[in-house]
Amino acid sequence: MERSHGRRKRGLRPVFELVFPASLTSASGAERSAEGAPNVPDERGVLEGGTKSPLALAPESAALAPAARGRARPQARRDGLSGAALHRQWWVPYLWLAPSLAGIGVFGIYPFVKAVYLSFTSTPPLGGDSTWVGIENYVLLAKDPEFWLATRNSVLYTLVVVPLMVVLPLLLAILVEKRIPFIGFFRSIFYTPVVASMVVVGLMWVWLLQDQGLINSILRGTHLIHRGIPFLSNSWLLLFSAMGLTLWKGLGWYMVFYLVALANVPRELHEAAQIDGAGAVRRFLNVTVPGVKPMMLLVGTFTAIGCMRIFTEVYVLSGTTGGPGGQAETLPFYIRSAGLDPSSGDAGYGSAISVVLFALTLGFAILARRLARGDEPS
Amino acid sequence: MSVQALAGPRRVRRRSRLRAYGRPWELALRYLLLLAVMVLLVGPLAWQALTSLKGPHEDISGINATILPSEPSLHAYQVVLGQLPMLGYIRNSLVICLLTVVSQLVLATLGGYMLSRPGWRGRNAVFLLLVASMMFPFESVMVSLYIMILGLNLSDNLLGVWLPGFIGAINLLIMRAAFMAVPIELEEAGMLDGAGEWRRFWSIFVPAARGALTVIGINTFIGAWDDFLWPLIVLRSDANFTVTLGLSRLQNSAFGFDWRVVMAGAMVSVVPILLLFLFTQRYFYRGVAAGAVKL
Repeated sequence: MERSHGRRKRGLRPVFELVFPASLTSASGAERSAEGAPNVPDERGVLEGGTKSPLALAPESAALAPAARGRARPQARRDGLSGAALHRQWWVPYLWLAPSLAGIGVFGIYPFVKAVYLSFTSTPPLGGDSTWVGIENYVLLAKDPEFWLATRNSVLYTLVVVPLMVVLPLLLAILVEKRIPFIGFFRSIFYTPVVASMVVVGLMWVWLLQDQGLINSILRGTHLIHRGIPFLSNSWLLLFSAMGLTLWKGLGWYMVFYLVALANVPRELHEAAQIDGAGAVRRFLNVTVPGVKPMMLLVGTFTAIGCMRIFTEVYVLSGTTGGPGGQAETLPFYIRSAGLDPSSGDAGYGSAISVVLFALTLGFAILARRLARGDEPS
Repeated sequence: MSVQALAGPRRVRRRSRLRAYGRPWELALRYLLLLAVMVLLVGPLAWQALTSLKGPHEDISGINATILPSEPSLHAYQVVLGQLPMLGYIRNSLVICLLTVVSQLVLATLGGYMLSRPGWRGRNAVFLLLVASMMFPFESVMVSLYIMILGLNLSDNLLGVWLPGFIGAINLLIMRAAFMAVPIELEEAGMLDGAGEWRRFWSIFVPAARGALTVIGINTFIGAWDDFLWPLIVLRSDANFTVTLGLSRLQNSAFGFDWRVVMAGAMVSVVPILLLFLFTQRYFYRGVAAGAVKL
């Protein structure tokens, strides 16, 4: 038990260094940024092992610090004081950290406090004084059909995308796991949609899916249909097309996660199962899946939170409108239109939706943690 | 005679290597699937590139359209770079990317170094603060962030796009981990030689963490280049648009009906980032390689 736990941590560690940089460093911290953020530290860092475990989160591989050879040394240093600490004034570390701490306090933590405050006010989005309105925004929210529509779309998005995003990249990772000639080429190629911006790939998809696009042309060519399928002009099809786009762009990203996890499934288990006469499907279900289960949970959590944050896919595929009559809009879409529209928006109302969005993402993170706990043999 | 003697063992060796890849039909099936996935994942990009290269009088959709351009031309690129302010968009994106990369690298290195040093009061509290700041999805704070940016008079300003992202908690944590992995003997040797804190930081720790710095730099650049929602909120006037905003605007502009032009615009904005990825991809995979999968 103890050992399997340890293996899991070791397996996940390298992922963080891959995952975090790309996901969390965008200029404004937008797009994918917080996708991994709310839960990873929770999962590995704060929640599992108190203040000590942040070290578990820390990517300490040789890749990041080529000079690092000895793994045991940092451990020793952690426990005892190194000589340097004795020569340092107490305020010196804060001097080094001052700009970072200021930035993270002002732009990382304060905005959420302010969002909670704003949600109890009515505030013009173009600047001006707030007026305190108490819980009125939340009361209005409960009766707002557009809010429920956006919530339904976001939740539906999550329910459809999460299972697929947990399974499909795993299959892809199994496909590229074996080291055969040119496999590095395929891995890189499969990663390219991840690097491109969502606007670019969204436009590509519009060009493929519109009435005169390639997919409808091919379908017409086969005479299966006579009129084009309205992928982008029917709000349901638009929503499902956006889900397809999310999946398509995320495949390579989570493939990398699973490659790391697969490498930590002991080869002997596969061989033993093979000797026992288990076929490929059986081995997948009884050896591979249990072996990568912690990673599946992690991917599921990331994806669930990512799905609550869908904006650009719907924005680009619908040509800024959110679908016919805004029927395909998601929660972030509604936050933007309700909170920041210069003429009809109210930043207070938008902040109330923001708080609900945060609660939903937090809910997913806690749910995943529960699942992970229930999973561990005690 | 001698040729045969040479050829024999070589053939055997090759066959044994092939055997390591599995049974032939299995290997063939694997490549077939790989190619299928490749068409699925890269096909749209290729179609975009081909469309952008088609001539202005050529059908790009419908029965008469061909896969390869029948009248290849760079006309669409001339429109994008000449008649549309794409170069201005690229400049704006570059400004934001460079500001972000520089501020993130400098601050994450300074802060990550101190976070990695033991024995100072408040270290754990600072760490928890960083982790807590990562809990909030951007979408749930974008309204209040915008109100703040408005208060600072930075609305419709590139600095307003950059400011909230000038430092990210995660990069501090990554640099902290990289510095923790530096062998303590190096630091001790520096101290024996009488090097002060700054000297040790600059001459010992920073060079040792070059790999982590590269990873952070590349990923920060790509993240800033691809960012859409925040610039969409902050920027109003065309002259300040970033590449992603400009593209989105192009889709709904008078040029949007000509998909050659839209696809050319998309190509112009994605090719630099793809090149950056291809030339630096070993850094993308380095972590995985260290994890176990050797590429």
